[in-house]
Amino acid sequence: MSALTIAMPKGRIFEEAVELLRKADYNLPPEFDDSRKLIIEVPQEDLRFILAKPMDVPTYVEHGVADLGIAGKDVMLEEERDVYELLDLRISGCYLAVAGLPNTKMSDVAPKIATKYPNVASSYFREQGEQVEIIKLNGSIELAPLIGLADRIVDIVSTGRTLKENGLVEYETIVDITSRLIVNPVSYRMKDEKIQDLVTRLTRIIG
Amino acid sequence: MTKLFMFEKPLGMRDTFPDLYEIKDQTKKKMEQAMKLWGYKFIETPSLEYYETVGEASAILDQQLFKLLDQQGHTLVLRPDMTAPIARIAASKLLKDEAPLRLAYSNSVFRAQQREGGRPAEFEQVGIECIGDDSVSADAEVIALMVSVLKEAGLENFKISIGHIGFVQELFTQIVGTEERADTLRRYLYEKNYVGYRRHVNELALSSIDKQRLFRFLQLRGSENVLGEAHSLLEGGKGLHALEQLKELWSILKDYEVEQYVKFDLSLVSHMSYYSGILFEVYGENVGFAIGNGGRYDKLLEKFGKNSGATGFGLRLDYVLEAMQVELTSTLQQCVLFSDERRKEAIRLAIELRSEGVNVVLQNWKGVGDVDEFTKGFSHVHFVVGQDPKGGETS
Repeated sequence: MSALTIAMPKGRIFEEAVELLRKADYNLPPEFDDSRKLIIEVPQEDLRFILAKPMDVPTYVEHGVADLGIAGKDVMLEEERDVYELLDLRISGCYLAVAGLPNTKMSDVAPKIATKYPNVASSYFREQGEQVEIIKLNGSIELAPLIGLADRIVDIVSTGRTLKENGLVEYETIVDITSRLIVNPVSYRMKDEKIQDLVTRLTRIIG
Repeated sequence: MTKLFMFEKPLGMRDTFPDLYEIKDQTKKKMEQAMKLWGYKFIETPSLEYYETVGEASAILDQQLFKLLDQQGHTLVLRPDMTAPIARIAASKLLKDEAPLRLAYSNSVFRAQQREGGRPAEFEQVGIECIGDDSVSADAEVIALMVSVLKEAGLENFKISIGHIGFVQELFTQIVGTEERADTLRRYLYEKNYVGYRRHVNELALSSIDKQRLFRFLQLRGSENVLGEAHSLLEGGKGLHALEQLKELWSILKDYEVEQYVKFDLSLVSHMSYYSGILFEVYGENVGFAIGNGGRYDKLLEKFGKNSGATGFGLRLDYVLEAMQVELTSTLQQCVLFSDERRKEAIRLAIELRSEGVNVVLQNWKGVGDVDEFTKGFSHVHFVVGQDPKGGETS
């Protein structure tokens, strides 16, 4: 049977996920962490890692070019991909929040929300009974209220430092976020034993 | 709107070029032949159906339907699957007596366009419906036939997961009390969100034994022994009937000698309300999506006014081909290249070759610019040119 392909996000989640896999007795080479390669083969474990943008991980997994992936719940909510969400890895904890300039109200006419998560933001405000206009940004979301692009932002908050340094405050918490182990539905059946082994070993670590 | 380039086609639509067409056609014929050998008869239904009837009865989500209006103002849909149209005719026309009906189809179906690639809006489905038979034998026949069809198509490495809607529903209702709460749990399964399922179970006001039952339910995947474990989750008679059906199914599948392709996965559910009993999905290598699915849908016939059992499967031809990883090769053709003087001779030669089953291109020399370039693609070229009636034939 062919190797398992795991899609991993670059950055902070990657480091924590690698640590988790090492704890689960996966023998990953030490130079693994600083490699700039996008595809890393680990033949001794019959694993292959592909390094992707966090937002793209579920896409690779849904299309089946990766059997498994590690993705933040924020991305899962935004993308709504048809994949199994098998485990909460309990790493990279943070939350999605609504933030803005202190002591301000949203515009009555056309409240605008800037965010990297247009789907999450629009369904959140709809559930609150508010009709808002969404402006999609790809980064540095905190800029939007500062220069008058939007009344509020919806973004990931981990320590709250970025908000504070830019003079913004949190208004509401939307949902808590951790990283999840996701699996392609076909791989879940075609490579069930290997995947089950990985799940069992990871479950033992995260408890 | 930007101006369209002349080569463009609507989003999600695909052309099939000759080399692919050939393989697709051959594969489809093999699949159709297998179905005919099992006594299934082919039918065709219209591409357009009423939204209010077939559109609403169909298992396909509303936002995935192609809708249009006819001149009377009725909303029409491009058929999103074949099961609902067949249920419509079966219930209204064909199913007159108690005799089971075996029907087959191989047609294009349509799903709304999507931005992302890899999701064609029109694709071919090959499948069968066995209508008017409530027995587990019919469920087993459908699965065994699907195995046979896939093998005939040339696919060897595939797996079928089998679940049972009745079991899930009865186990859940028994543990959580109401249908509504059971539906919430089932939605987590349908969304494949096991993390959410576990979290939800933990928040329910249940005894820890009941919670364990719900957690262990997620592990019910594997071969026959799964049924024993499933049995231990039940209390009282509920859900027992479903398990007995699965047990019977397994033993029939063993008689068909197809059990190596089959695994139980009792967490398999569907968003469709009309699936009522045994249901299944089939997966192949190299394709990230299920290549086909099926199951028992007794409730669909009820919608068309007939109280009758029915089961069937549909396979996606594009995914089947993808799973086989076929290499596109041109089919072998011969060429008879002639000049005017020897036209009659050339025509006779072509007729003779064609009668032997050879695909022959008959081409006048005058119409070809670069002979070397033109003749490259043929397995054999007959030159019927020049004055000499005996001709110089080379390849």
